[in-house]
Amino acid sequence: MTALLRTDAVSKSFGGVQALDGAAIEVAEGSIAGLIGPNGSGKTTLFNVITGYEHVDHGHVYLGGKEITNSAPDKVFAAGIGRTFQLTRVFSRLTVMENMIVAAQRHERGQGRLRNPLARAGGPATRRRAMELLEFTGIAHHSGALAETLSYGQRKLLELSYVLMASPSIVLLDEPAGGVNPTLITMIADRIRQLNEQGTTFLIVEHNMDFVMGLCDNVTVLDYGTAVVSGPPGVVRTDPRVLDAYLGTAEDDDDIPVG
Amino acid sequence: MSTDSPAGTSAMKPARRAAPGGRRGLLLRLGGLAVLLVIAVIFPLVITNALYTQFGVDTLIFVAAVAAWNLFSGFSGYISLGHAVFFGTGAYTVGLLTEHWKVMGGTIFALLPLGGLVAALVAVPFGLIALRVRRHTFVVITIAIFFIFQLMAFNFAFTGGNQGLSTPFFLWTAASYNNPFYYVGLILAVGTIVLAWLIRNSQFGLQLLAIRDDEDRARGLGVRAMRVKLTAFVISGFITGMVGGLWWFFIGQALPETAFDPTFDLSVALMAFLGGFGTLSGPVLGALILEPLQQWDAITFTNGYVAEILLGAIFLVVILFLPRGIIPTGKELLTRWQAIRARRREPVPAGAPPGTGTAVPAAPKTGSVR
Repeated sequence: MTALLRTDAVSKSFGGVQALDGAAIEVAEGSIAGLIGPNGSGKTTLFNVITGYEHVDHGHVYLGGKEITNSAPDKVFAAGIGRTFQLTRVFSRLTVMENMIVAAQRHERGQGRLRNPLARAGGPATRRRAMELLEFTGIAHHSGALAETLSYGQRKLLELSYVLMASPSIVLLDEPAGGVNPTLITMIADRIRQLNEQGTTFLIVEHNMDFVMGLCDNVTVLDYGTAVVSGPPGVVRTDPRVLDAYLGTAEDDDDIPVG
Repeated sequence: MSTDSPAGTSAMKPARRAAPGGRRGLLLRLGGLAVLLVIAVIFPLVITNALYTQFGVDTLIFVAAVAAWNLFSGFSGYISLGHAVFFGTGAYTVGLLTEHWKVMGGTIFALLPLGGLVAALVAVPFGLIALRVRRHTFVVITIAIFFIFQLMAFNFAFTGGNQGLSTPFFLWTAASYNNPFYYVGLILAVGTIVLAWLIRNSQFGLQLLAIRDDEDRARGLGVRAMRVKLTAFVISGFITGMVGGLWWFFIGQALPETAFDPTFDLSVALMAFLGGFGTLSGPVLGALILEPLQQWDAITFTNGYVAEILLGAIFLVVILFLPRGIIPTGKELLTRWQAIRARRREPVPAGAPPGTGTAVPAAPKTGSVR
């Protein structure tokens, strides 16, 4: 399998803190990859660097062989990388459907003809697709409601839905199971699997070890901004360096992996 | 590689968004707007007192200005206190062109788009600088740029310095002198409101609202934030420039401190906040209430302090009781009242334990506040 997403020796520091230190990860096309590590190990920073929210100090980011290092977030999204945030960030004063349409813009363009810039947002095709996705994630009956009225779990589902609007080739999920009830966790895992079967690649940051180990084909462990181990869940689970990474930092007791 | 239709979807249902309030609500709304428009059109024909038609022109100037301001600031959340730059630029541009080309009569109004155009050209570098920063910093930068422009108006030779620019005399009959200004003001005001409505429902407008709610998230969903913000800023500046030009014709003189007036932006912002910042109708309502009140206030209480104290008291009342503005708060009260009525009418479902009939949830919030 070829690597769809690859970071090559990416470094990033904030003042004196070295958040990423030569982090090199690879996500195989068509896989579900996991990214784990203790708090502060640089997982979210790596997401930010890949999606253009932070600039790298050194290193490169490639998507399907094309370099996208330091591209702006809108360009990264257009290139085919969708992402969600650790704390849900939906457009609270827009309706659920409007949230979906915001992400749909690229989808509607490129019809060859000049579009009327003041045409009503979201043509029939866009709305149909948005509705399909909302049904897929189970929040279709809220399509007319303001996003601020959704529960936390529903917001997570909305984030997943609107990211899918542009049919990204890879989706980066930042703690999709965090703060979500067990039933919903199972459902989210199901949906991820279904999308993956249809060809979407995933890279998932998650603290819920059952979730990661049960879902991912490949898991990479980040520690102090460096990828220390990468491999199938069964191998990573028993690797002494992983236990070391988690147990080495005294504050992170609740992050001890299973096994 | 990418998914075109996700698995597990049931039959495709066309997503039709119901108009808030249903068909009857929509008709009611359109009817109300038509009545308002008719009243606005016949107002100067029925009420010929020049004092009141002058109130009318002033009000329309502010309706157009606040609608233009809201189209940028209200939709994007970037509060500009530098729109007087466009107002003054429009006024001076139209003034200088009138002087230079010796334009007279009704053709003067043809110069307004040129005033708007120059204001829009000013908006491009202004926006490119100011829109790089957000929130408080953005507000401060717009104020700073505003003062730079006022200083330039004071000090350049071509602006007439302290003397400003005076309009030529218009040879219109005194009885209906205000009417041409009134109708041009009405066209500007209605045109801006219609444009704001179109933008609100377009993809461009949705992107602006997304930027208001969470700019970084919007960028991560493909919104080219800078381009979208700048476009709205320039459109807003263009209209404000035209409004400034009309104001100059009407007032008859542009001075650096009246064309580039710091209280212009404060008035516009307060009107928008009074009616409902970011809504379509709120800012217009704010202007319709506040501008006539300000005018009436100024002539009733010739001691300027009383007028200002009264206005200050009104603002206090608004902040205490309508912090989000008339339209959003009013809408919320209406929804709550409807929910209470629905609860009273709802019969207890058969077979349900007594008491559950009162547990009908309040009407869900549907649709954004308009």
